[in-house]
Amino acid sequence: MHEMLKRLRSKNEFWLAIVLLGLVVFFSFTAPAFFTIGNLNDLLTQNAFTGILCAGLIVVLIAGGIDISFTATASVVQYAAVTLANMYGMNWIILLVIAGGLGAIMGTINAFFVVKFRIHSIIVSIATLNIFYGLLIFITSGNYITTVPDYFYDGINWLEFQLGRRSYGINLQMVLLFGSFILTAFILKATNIGRQIYAMGGNPDAARRLGFSIFRLNLFVYGYMGFIAGIASIAHAQLQLNVTPTVLVGRELTVLAAVVLGGASLMGGVGTVLGTILGVSFLCVLQNGLIILGLPARWEGAVTGLVILIAVAASALEGSRQMNMRRASRKGQEAGAAA
Amino acid sequence: MILLRHTNTQLSILLVILFIAFSLGIDRFFSIESAWSMAIQVSGLGILSLAMMITLLKGGINLSLIATTNLCSLTMAYMINLLTPGAEGLALIGGILVALACGAFVAAFIGALNGYIIAYLNVSPILATLGTMTLVKGIAVGLTAGNVLSGFPEAITYIGNGAVLGIPFSLFVFVGCAIPLAIWLSRTPTGMFIYMIGSNEKATRYSGIDTKWVIFKVYLLSSMLAWIGAIVLMGWLNSARADYSESYLLITILAAVLGGIDPFGGSGKVAGLVLALAILQFISSAFNLLGFSPFLTLAIWGVILLAAAALAIKTRSLQQN
Amino acid sequence: MTAFLKLYAISRRFGGVTALSNVDMTLEAGEVHCLVGENGSGKSTLIKIISGVQTPEPGAQIIIAGRDVARLTPQESTRFGIQVIYQDLSLFPNLTVAENIAINSHFGRPHLVRWAELRKSAEEALGKIGVTLDLDAVVGNLTIANRQLVAICRALTADAKLLIMDEPTASLTRTEVNRLLDLVRALKAQGICIMFVSHRLDEVLEVADRVTVLRDGNKVGTYSAGEMNDKKLAVLMTGKQFTYDLREIDISCRPVVLSVEGLTRQGEYDNIDFELREGEILGLTGLLGSGRTELALTLFGITRPERGKIFLDAAPITLRSNQDAINAGIVYVSEDRLTLGLVLDQPISSNTIVTVLQHLAGRLNLVPSLIRRDTVDRWVKELSIKVSNIESAVRTLSGGNQQRVVLAKWLARKPRVLILDSPTVGVDIMAKDGIYEIVKSLAAEGVAILMISDEIPEVLYHSHRILVMREGRLSSEHRPHETDEHRLMAAVNA
Repeated sequence: MHEMLKRLRSKNEFWLAIVLLGLVVFFSFTAPAFFTIGNLNDLLTQNAFTGILCAGLIVVLIAGGIDISFTATASVVQYAAVTLANMYGMNWIILLVIAGGLGAIMGTINAFFVVKFRIHSIIVSIATLNIFYGLLIFITSGNYITTVPDYFYDGINWLEFQLGRRSYGINLQMVLLFGSFILTAFILKATNIGRQIYAMGGNPDAARRLGFSIFRLNLFVYGYMGFIAGIASIAHAQLQLNVTPTVLVGRELTVLAAVVLGGASLMGGVGTVLGTILGVSFLCVLQNGLIILGLPARWEGAVTGLVILIAVAASALEGSRQMNMRRASRKGQEAGAAA
Repeated sequence: MILLRHTNTQLSILLVILFIAFSLGIDRFFSIESAWSMAIQVSGLGILSLAMMITLLKGGINLSLIATTNLCSLTMAYMINLLTPGAEGLALIGGILVALACGAFVAAFIGALNGYIIAYLNVSPILATLGTMTLVKGIAVGLTAGNVLSGFPEAITYIGNGAVLGIPFSLFVFVGCAIPLAIWLSRTPTGMFIYMIGSNEKATRYSGIDTKWVIFKVYLLSSMLAWIGAIVLMGWLNSARADYSESYLLITILAAVLGGIDPFGGSGKVAGLVLALAILQFISSAFNLLGFSPFLTLAIWGVILLAAAALAIKTRSLQQN
Repeated sequence: MTAFLKLYAISRRFGGVTALSNVDMTLEAGEVHCLVGENGSGKSTLIKIISGVQTPEPGAQIIIAGRDVARLTPQESTRFGIQVIYQDLSLFPNLTVAENIAINSHFGRPHLVRWAELRKSAEEALGKIGVTLDLDAVVGNLTIANRQLVAICRALTADAKLLIMDEPTASLTRTEVNRLLDLVRALKAQGICIMFVSHRLDEVLEVADRVTVLRDGNKVGTYSAGEMNDKKLAVLMTGKQFTYDLREIDISCRPVVLSVEGLTRQGEYDNIDFELREGEILGLTGLLGSGRTELALTLFGITRPERGKIFLDAAPITLRSNQDAINAGIVYVSEDRLTLGLVLDQPISSNTIVTVLQHLAGRLNLVPSLIRRDTVDRWVKELSIKVSNIESAVRTLSGGNQQRVVLAKWLARKPRVLILDSPTVGVDIMAKDGIYEIVKSLAAEGVAILMISDEIPEVLYHSHRILVMREGRLSSEHRPHETDEHRLMAAVNA
């Protein structure tokens, strides 16, 4: 038991869970409207877009890369997919497949430039962000789409139940949110390609020497991010019941912050789905609670920024402390072995 | 080193070719108004590009650059609107100076914050400046709710729009920043240390250089240049807002990479940056005159950035072999 | 014993440099074959050719298990059972022991990970070498010795027939080296051929059946280990007979510049006392892991001791950083020249004057380019650095000239104590002597020199006194004229 506690203590997720719990308790007491079914339902639904994107970005970070073009990808896919849906009807399955597929193709463009031209992924994604977004607004002139297919209005409502005057259930956003996390967790833990991604992030040179196909892995990683962005865009479109092409870009940093908070590193090789869930929950709960407490919406960005800064600073301090500890313990091991 | 000189020659040739092509092909390109507006635009953008360049040289990046610029503008705009209405003579000048000082203070604070987190807490520059960018922009939005502050006294608008001997005043400001910076980078110890840190920070530290202090100074200077850029932009636009000039972030990075600054750090000169800025300004004005949508231009900037970065990496690997 | 691998007429050129020239070699199954040679002798190129990473010049022949292989690729090499364990081990620090060992299983179909099979495979590999490790331990937290075991297990799961180990003992303690050598013998008993690349001649002779010596890209010869000793090998490797005169030189009348009392840093070194006099060259040797570099880093101010004192001119000093050390006149030439000693992509001129730039600055803190050029030229002349353009990147220089740039950089600060750590690593034999000459003349001028080195002849023939370090402690002191290479080596390996 003692051993397990000691092991837990060093895990980033443990501390994050504690802080999150503390935050939830705090808000439950100070803002009665927080811990209600209604609010929790809205919390999940409104933030599903961000959450789904986190499920994709964690894979990119584990692989050792970074991507901030996914909001542009989502904007393009959202516009194209809803336009197609309006023209051809289709149903949820087909729509999601098309959206995911289109997103995946756009995502692989990043992989191409990162691997074949060896440009740093931050620069590639800054470029593709502007290319995708610029072309989208240019071609659509920024027009909204105000009509959506009928099945958008119906949405999905599994396990529906009534409480007071509202009916609750598992809606499309929740399905896609949970689904994305489950899919990502499955890929990372149970598939060979997922383990190869961890390996490549941990030591890219070794991966190359051992014959890993770096190009194929990156195609998968950035393609997956694009796929997830496409899925997220549908979740968002159904919630809004319209498409505004300019509204999604700008949220990249919240997603990145959530994933980094959850323990992923820009260096690559580390990160878990659990950590990501905790990270994005933390940020969303924080924002939600502050708003209920009366914080004007326009201050959200500042609070998020402050939290990000504190979190990365703390994580960097913790990282160097752990490195020193590890060095000391390794020397201890050697001394012990020599004795 | 020889290849780098080639880059500047290549850029100069490209510049001349573009100039001739655009002048011949596009109506109104070769005109006084066109030259005037190009000079003004390139000045503001140029100062911000210098701010981005020094962080790239050292092997980092300053993603909070535009947010810093905007918060400075808003601070100064607020103080000006507080202190100057109705004032004249010394009171007016005093008010303006106080406002400018407030802007400088804001810039210094942000620069110091970036510098401290990156140099002393060892946080990656991407993460750190993303964090400060969110925070700074958040504060700007929080304070102004996204509203515009405008209407500045003539002294300010002169900086952005006035002329000296027919040449925009802002161009003098830009040149007045670029030349001292170029000299500082190539002739002072700190300048040389910046290049060395960009190539290999640990080895530079082992040689006895206080690398943390140098890195701190780089981010501080970057923010101070953002402050100067803010003054020029304020003067030109006669207004300030939390989300102005966001496309400039991409363009400053693009100008740096195109100008031969290695995005990984360690090499690049101001001269190259200036040539790249001129090229980009030509293209931007040409597109404008041709009636291109600004969004199409954005997309084209993205493509040029990819091309320039790919070329830079190719050159670097050739140099190393 | 059948020959597993036969190499004929292997040559390789890189631009104008000949890395390998007409090398023949045969490796028998179940033999331990050691490959020795100085840095730059072509060992790593030969390994890369055997593992398929590099292709030899046309005219070469590679025959593996009786099959003539026309073009050897890394994948083919692996299929033949050739596994290389590089010096950096190529492990994944963020994955567990089990996953690292069985990493190859991640390649196959099906695409789902078979965790049970993976663990079994890892357990089997560990069993084959008789070692227990926690399968779920994260490799990044393991000691270097344990990581090496993981790397070896990984090679075994890939059904290795030829295991090439590149400098495997470089970072191991004595006990761990012994364990590794036992392991090598066990693997040999299982019929696996092992090619052991090392410059630790004593270990080589302990475990090898045959030894191949390379020098300047040529094969000097292949010898049976039984008829060899380390002195003969050293001569074959360098082509030189060391005929230095070992006379006694009395330094005891000179003042003590640096002295150290009870210096201790947990896990690195323990209770170090010594004195260093003006003009003295004090050699410090011992196996890697004995704490030599760690001690040097403390003397240079990079790390702080937990106990003990450092005295400069009999006055105690506290070094809070390497800047304090440099200001006090203590400088350090790192063993890792390429990543810590020089900034490779920056010009030779910057690297040479980086330590004195602030002193050269004049009005407005500007360093006039004339002064910059003159200062650099002066040092280039003083240390006879062969350079055509002082503004080219320092990586374009040869190893010996690079080391002279490092020395110039430090000498510009007029140091009183010069700490040299493995000063001639990566420097070819001809250039080594040049470095020794510089060191001797510095000593003659009164600089106190602490020379740390792995190479016994280096410390024996160029120091006034020799200290041997073992597992963090100073174990013995020697006078060069009272000892010889053999006895010194015994003291180091005791």
